[in-house]
Amino acid sequence: MKTKIGIPRALAYYAYYPMWKTFFEELGCEIVLSPETNKEILDLGVKEAVNDACIPIKLFHGHVSSLQGKVDYIFLPRLISMNTERTVTFCPKFLGLPDMIAALDTDLPPLLDMRFDFKKGKKQGFKGFYEIGKQLKHSYWAIKKAFQNALHAQYEYEKLLAQRVTVQEALAYLYEGKELSKPVDYSLKFAVLGYPYAVHDRFLSVDIINQLRKMGVTPLTADMVSSKRLAAQAQKLPKDLFWTFSNQVIRAALYYLDEEKVDGIIHVTAFGCGPDAMVDKLIELEAKARGHVPFISISVDEHTGEAGVQTRLEAFVDMIKLRREQ
Amino acid sequence: MMKIAFPIMGTSYIAFQKIMEKLGHEAIVPPKPSKRTLSLGVTYSPEFACLPFKILLGSYLEAIERGADTIVSYGGVGPCRAGYYGVMHEKIIRDLGYDVKFIIFEPPHREFKKCMAAGKELVNAKENSWGKIFEALTTGWVHLRALDEIERLSHEIRPYEINKGDTTKAFKQCLELMKQADTKKQIAEAKRESVKILKNVEVDPTRNPLKIGLIGEIYVVIEPFANFDIQVTLGEMGVLTRRNIYITDWTKDNTFFKGEEHIKRAARPYLNQMIGGHGIISVGQTVLYAKEGYDGVVQLAPFSCIPEIVAKGILPKVSKDLDIPVMTVFLDEQTGKAGLQTRLEAFIDLLKAKRDSLREETA
Repeated sequence: MKTKIGIPRALAYYAYYPMWKTFFEELGCEIVLSPETNKEILDLGVKEAVNDACIPIKLFHGHVSSLQGKVDYIFLPRLISMNTERTVTFCPKFLGLPDMIAALDTDLPPLLDMRFDFKKGKKQGFKGFYEIGKQLKHSYWAIKKAFQNALHAQYEYEKLLAQRVTVQEALAYLYEGKELSKPVDYSLKFAVLGYPYAVHDRFLSVDIINQLRKMGVTPLTADMVSSKRLAAQAQKLPKDLFWTFSNQVIRAALYYLDEEKVDGIIHVTAFGCGPDAMVDKLIELEAKARGHVPFISISVDEHTGEAGVQTRLEAFVDMIKLRREQ
Repeated sequence: MMKIAFPIMGTSYIAFQKIMEKLGHEAIVPPKPSKRTLSLGVTYSPEFACLPFKILLGSYLEAIERGADTIVSYGGVGPCRAGYYGVMHEKIIRDLGYDVKFIIFEPPHREFKKCMAAGKELVNAKENSWGKIFEALTTGWVHLRALDEIERLSHEIRPYEINKGDTTKAFKQCLELMKQADTKKQIAEAKRESVKILKNVEVDPTRNPLKIGLIGEIYVVIEPFANFDIQVTLGEMGVLTRRNIYITDWTKDNTFFKGEEHIKRAARPYLNQMIGGHGIISVGQTVLYAKEGYDGVVQLAPFSCIPEIVAKGILPKVSKDLDIPVMTVFLDEQTGKAGLQTRLEAFIDLLKAKRDSLREETA
């Protein structure tokens, strides 16, 4: 019997799933992925999580609960640092995530509290993988090999994204055998920025990517900009933000403003998101400083309805089309 | 000469004003935070910025109205958002059309160069001798410590006072004395005098007040405007409160000295990871308060404060394991004093009942 590892389809899943999946499968485990976010998961999450948390955290709780009774272990990533930038880490909620789950008053399968810390490079990063591998009773070399393959899978995934494939399409291509659709270039190009778990969770963002396509807009997301290109934007800000995903968003905003000349910027943000209080204002000010590229901020929460978002998007698109004609 | 403003946080402005003046600057002390400060701040802040961000922005704008051309503040290396507030405040204030210089002090043990650069800008080494600069800074430090000590003492005396309000009146006198003091010697004298004034408050030493530990985010714990003067309120309700967050302690712990290790160790079974802000301290402190026999803990945090939300998620388990009631108060521009008071009264009733039932059990 293969060991079953439950992976919550939430938060950093959208950014690092290939790495996780490869690692555990190389070690001979079976992956059980929680279903795509739905109303039931949302309700579970709202019930379990501390009520002041943002909705992505609540959804994570929901996904964890939905795995209850179906797996041998639940995988809880503790993201500390995924690169070597000195003062950059993740939102405190990512740092304390396994502790928040462990403090819950429910019966959960054993938790795999896996630490991702690449601040001092790969060697240090390996430690977290080794700890977990050891816990699952594997040898050093088996873990080492799984680790190498995991990093490679992640590299391939990011390469795919940089070719302007969306996260959902890339994951479907890699793991569900779906063909990549030919990208259509619409006349309007929007930067759709936000954290991967806000933009690519189709339930949470009410599938904003496809909604925009239906309106004749090419959506460009933050994960479509390669890390090299993003890094080149960093010096435009007086000080780096402290959170990896936030840096990705603001740097992508600068990239799309300066290098790509998009027609508009949409910032998808979760209601009450702490880092986004900064990021949202920064994007707004940077867009303003560059001659008014239209900017709209769409905040999503438990009560977001598709129709509401659609109306706002339509109005935004119409406004830009009108501006163009003038 | 620069016209310098700085954040208002508790009583520290008294010392900061002196430091700036001794360095040859004009100190523009922002008015004490008020409703106006907050609504100015709220108008120009991002909606989900935390309460300290909004109060500080309002405070800076009021200082600018009074002629400040430079703002001195503290930075940070995250992951708490406050470390980025200097940058954001500057961008927002620039966007409003004010040409104000920002000098941001980064924590010296992490960003030594940046910190020194800020220091250089501030001290004006051309006109001031190093001796004078050293004197100004060390005196400022002594001043801050004295202010913290006096405040701590006032909180220890208040729940025993016989005439409600006496301690607060005495504390105001003390602050006036501290404002007059310039040199280290004068500060020591003013401190001695202040201690005497506070100890002269008429008290009933036979009382056995409830003991509540305060934890949470540093700004809302220290600044009375942000927390509706919770320590005075509780003190006058006859509750002994303690907080372990004072500016001087925090400065010590967050530069080169490591003073918080025992608190972090206490937090370890529940949270074994620095999460920024005071998150881990809040958890560890609750464990310690429980072990020291406190009746309860009140967590103060700005609405949407991330580290404190994580802490809040973990505290129910600590509370259950160690049998110590915890109440969390999230503060924002909508919080009202009456609402908070009601919640505190209910919490105190609960603690009293708990203490009584414990007494019956042991009897």
